[in-house]
Amino acid sequence: MDLEIDIAHRLGHFELGPAFSAPSGVTVLFGRSGSGKTSVVNAVAGLLRPDTGRITVGDRVLFDSARGIDVPVHRRRVGYVFQEGRLFPHLTVGGNLAYARRGASAAARGRVAEMLGIAHLMDRRPRGLSGGEAQRVAIGRALLSEPDILLMDEPLAALDAARRAEILPYLERLRAETGVPILYVTHALAEVARLASHLVVMEAGQVVRAGPPEDLMADPGLVHLMGLREAGAVLPARVAAHAEDGVTELSISGGRLYLPRIDAAEGTPLRVRILAQDVMIATERPARISALNVLPVTVAALRYGGGPGVTAQLRAGDDMLLARVTRRSAEALRLAEGMSCYAVLKSVAVAPADIGAR
Amino acid sequence: MEALGPEAWQAVALSLRVSLVATLASLPLGLLAAIALARGRFPGRGLLNGLVHLPLVLPPVVTGYLLLMTFGRQGPVGAWLHDWFGITLAFRWTGAALAAAIMAFPLLVRAIRLAVEAVDPRLESAAATLGASRVRVFLTITLPLIAPGIVAGAVLAFAKAMGEFGATITFVSNIPGETQTVPSAIYAFLQVPGGERAALVLVAISIAIAMAALAVSEWLGARVAARIREG
Repeated sequence: MDLEIDIAHRLGHFELGPAFSAPSGVTVLFGRSGSGKTSVVNAVAGLLRPDTGRITVGDRVLFDSARGIDVPVHRRRVGYVFQEGRLFPHLTVGGNLAYARRGASAAARGRVAEMLGIAHLMDRRPRGLSGGEAQRVAIGRALLSEPDILLMDEPLAALDAARRAEILPYLERLRAETGVPILYVTHALAEVARLASHLVVMEAGQVVRAGPPEDLMADPGLVHLMGLREAGAVLPARVAAHAEDGVTELSISGGRLYLPRIDAAEGTPLRVRILAQDVMIATERPARISALNVLPVTVAALRYGGGPGVTAQLRAGDDMLLARVTRRSAEALRLAEGMSCYAVLKSVAVAPADIGAR
Repeated sequence: MEALGPEAWQAVALSLRVSLVATLASLPLGLLAAIALARGRFPGRGLLNGLVHLPLVLPPVVTGYLLLMTFGRQGPVGAWLHDWFGITLAFRWTGAALAAAIMAFPLLVRAIRLAVEAVDPRLESAAATLGASRVRVFLTITLPLIAPGIVAGAVLAFAKAMGEFGATITFVSNIPGETQTVPSAIYAFLQVPGGERAALVLVAISIAIAMAALAVSEWLGARVAARIREG
């Protein structure tokens, strides 16, 4: 059930005009604060009425200014998980979960509660919940309204790092276990890396690029939008072996990655985000170096920005890596497109939060 | 208690009846006005706000006189009510209830309005995304959340109605058994020699009722505040 959206809306001096389609899976709407992401999601939910345009989910038209169609919010069949949860304070967790009347049997409620780990909270009031628990209840409540599409507006933004880490695996399960397409808004690249099956990048109300997250995140031309310190490629990987000294060996298309122990069985498919600023480039294979990962790569593209840095796109097997080095280093090494070299990565540079299920 | 003759008890019973009727009858209208003032953006909103609050700032005698002019037998509304429905308000207990309702209305609306303004409209849109129609959102989200405010407003209005004197005595006079409420009775007792004791007992009863009403409304107000913090 694809979401198709093509709208135009004016908010003061701000021109919102996104057009994109969201295939099934998790479509992440990424952009800086103020780029209009939330307005897009509100338009899909019917909480914001665009000046003109068209929004469809599958073959259902939710909004079409040309034909005068504007389905009211409560008939749109969209589940919405808000940044601040918005649980009903006068109802228990169970009451919140049961609020949506359509569909959802008690059995379905039990299943969803089990999946989100909230079954033991049923009689509690929202005020007594931790931020992470409240957000899981909000996700369950939205799911139980049996939506055609699930909208999630920065559902982790109000949580601290520990709570975020607690919820991300549930979101990965959601992606794997429910067939509901998800439109997920965030400005955190770690969440993009973990969750996105399709990526839409927005800037100043417009869609800049849309496509597979592996391609977009490894595109040196988008680094300025991702943020220099946050930019990094996402590689599909598979757990190959666990060594006794606590190192986990992953196979990637361009060779092997050695990372600190990952709790996943051998053969588990993963995706690993490698920050551009953590990758070094060497023109010869370095010997006697503490970094465990030395991958033979070729320079696919070089992008000089206005500052002292250079972003290099490196081909490793079928996948792309990004590396940020200084202009001075690039000149000293005489980096050029097509050149063969080595990408060097410290094992400990990859944080557990950068490794997710595939 | 033997100091309290049947006339005084009549006044207490009448006051309770007048105040109860005044409060319950004005509740739906007060709810509507409070929601309109809290949420509505319409022309004449300032005028409505002024009208609702007018009895709070006008001398009660003025309000009573305006009521007499409007709802008296010769008044435009009063004559119409009498001719078409056979309803007379002037110099009847129903008129006392009308006067009390109008005097208490600003307090009722203010309390409910505060509660409505404290409701996070984002909760209502969340309910809508879960498939709830506007009516269901109002009944299951808005109404439960403002319920403490409604009760607090009603209690305040009731207490105000119990104490209403100026507008009542101007509009419906001071007829024992028909329009003589507790304040009017106290006033009447104080006009005759030896009436102080009866007046004093009525004063004590008034204070007790007023204190109880205030305590209930304080308690409910605290509950509303707690809800806001939770939200």
